[in-house]
Amino acid sequence: MIPGNRFLPLMLVAATIVILALLPHLFNSRYALTLLNQLGIGIVFALSYNMLLGQSGLLSFGHAVYFGLGGFTALHALNAITDGDLPLPVPLLPIVGGLMGLAVGIILGWVSTRRSGTIFAMISLGFAELVAASSNIMRGYFGGEEGISGDRMSGPVLFNLSMGPQRDVYYVIAAWMVISALLMYLITQTPLGRMANAVRDNPLRVAFVGYNPQTVRFLMFAISGFFAGIAGSLFAINFEIITAQAVGIEYSANVLMMAYIGGTGYFLGPVLGAIIYTALSIVLSAYTEAWMFYLGVFFIIVVLYAPNGVSGVLAVHEPVLRARLMHRLLPAYGLALVTAATLLAGAVVVIESSYHLSQPGALTATMNLAGIEFDADGWRPWAFGLGALALGALLLRETIHRVGHAWADVRHHLTGDAAT
Amino acid sequence: MNASPAIRLQDVEKSFGSIRIIQGANLEVRDGERHAIIGPNGAGKSTLFNLISGHLAPTSGRIELRDRDITGMAPYKINRLGLSRSFQITTLFHRMSVVENIRCALYYPMGYRYSFWRLCPRLKDVHERADEVLERLELTRRRDVMAGMLSYAEQRALEIGLTVAGGADVILLDEPTAGMSHSETARAVELIRMLSENKTLVMVEHDMSVVFELADRVSVLLYGEVIATGTPNEIKANRRVQEAYLGVEVA
Repeated sequence: MIPGNRFLPLMLVAATIVILALLPHLFNSRYALTLLNQLGIGIVFALSYNMLLGQSGLLSFGHAVYFGLGGFTALHALNAITDGDLPLPVPLLPIVGGLMGLAVGIILGWVSTRRSGTIFAMISLGFAELVAASSNIMRGYFGGEEGISGDRMSGPVLFNLSMGPQRDVYYVIAAWMVISALLMYLITQTPLGRMANAVRDNPLRVAFVGYNPQTVRFLMFAISGFFAGIAGSLFAINFEIITAQAVGIEYSANVLMMAYIGGTGYFLGPVLGAIIYTALSIVLSAYTEAWMFYLGVFFIIVVLYAPNGVSGVLAVHEPVLRARLMHRLLPAYGLALVTAATLLAGAVVVIESSYHLSQPGALTATMNLAGIEFDADGWRPWAFGLGALALGALLLRETIHRVGHAWADVRHHLTGDAAT
Repeated sequence: MNASPAIRLQDVEKSFGSIRIIQGANLEVRDGERHAIIGPNGAGKSTLFNLISGHLAPTSGRIELRDRDITGMAPYKINRLGLSRSFQITTLFHRMSVVENIRCALYYPMGYRYSFWRLCPRLKDVHERADEVLERLELTRRRDVMAGMLSYAEQRALEIGLTVAGGADVILLDEPTAGMSHSETARAVELIRMLSENKTLVMVEHDMSVVFELADRVSVLLYGEVIATGTPNEIKANRRVQEAYLGVEVA
């Protein structure tokens, strides 16, 4: 083993903390802070989800239940702080929400983790529907249509954080993100974490090395609920409002997509996924109303062509980089970039024009895309869009061919190196 | 050695719907012996293993492990009482390294159970034991390879390793040499002989040369019944066995 290896994780953590401390000084606009705060929440949520999907092999369709209920509890606790009933500093609210996530995780996990696979997935969906439905009934707790809102500038002050400015909220989220990520990483290194992987790989065998697979799944599920509750509390502090949407199926689907896009096979995969997904949804929604369509297409492409997610794609290149063979791939990747840009340009024009025409509120066919004004019902945008798509399709064939060749070449070199 | 049998089956029956796979099996495996179970395809050998290891619960009858009733007990509880088994179809943690596979078989028996407050890289005792096991399996060279990437014979060796690593003293091996070449089989036999020293071994095996080389006693299973138990020579000489089973193979 390399002697420096032991300190590498510590250095990584230290570097992360320094970067996180500097970020709000580098990007101090309100927009940037909004984005960063949501990234932090998404990262904690996605990491907690991957304790199930990536580490224990449990596909849950209802993870927002623990996120949302954690968030609601945190907001009720916040209101208790405001009323003077609870002497707790606001930055510590995630403990309350986390405990709620843990409690609900214990109760619902007790039932759902008795099974794995499809049955577990269906039970998780059932519980998600159950909680979503009860939000209509338990109006006191969920606050009906308006949800529950609160004022985070209350209670005892901790570390001089008034919690008024967004930057204060940023530091609270960043701190909780680092603590949560670190704890979740350490759990992967414990006997329970290892046995969760074992249950994922082969529950049958786990039973014959002394473990009850149900207990392993249950413990991982409950802990995952705890961290989801922390994420939900950070959401509550950040927005000072939470509605029944937060326990809903849409949030459950979002976190699934985050984890999957980033890749569930590596601990940091969901972090990457949360960053990509959150950034894409915030940036895209600022430019186009059809942003969910693009996200959906992106998700499908990842599922079909990169089932190990973005982190999986990156990991494939690690041995190539180490063998200094990257230059053999770059020309083919350059072509791939051109192809992707061409296809994207064509697709965007076609999608946006269709979307514009299909909008009932569109009075005229005139629209604006990237500063260029044109008529969506004229022949020009369609000729350009379809033309670019056709050209892209031609390029795609060549690209697949070249990338395949470049990889065959690199693989040849890699195995050749290993043999000598 | 203990006088009481390691495993005792009393009138064990197992039905799947209306089909009776095991019909009143009686069997005693002595403490410390190597016991082979043979029988034609479909005789119920694997089902018998599944019943003893708790993977299946018998329809009726009684199963004892060292005088203790384990009938219908969950597999992990039986395992904690000191019985471990391998599978006919290789059953590994294929996305983990070879050494981590072995470690997974050690955490519980070495007392770490469901711990989520101890870090595995610091569990020196587990690491040492795992490396010892790999040494005996002759898999040290492959310790950091993903289990799914091993050759078939290596996977079979690891399968046996996972079974014995935890220190169970009653070992059930389900066709440990199935699908192996002659030389691989010879190595596997040596491995099994070494690893089952001072333990009780029960194995299902099709290869008669392996059976007669390894086993102290042999039981013959036919249509879900144990029709004979004895030393290899007794079994060879047994008329019923010859008619029912060996006759086909020997002739």
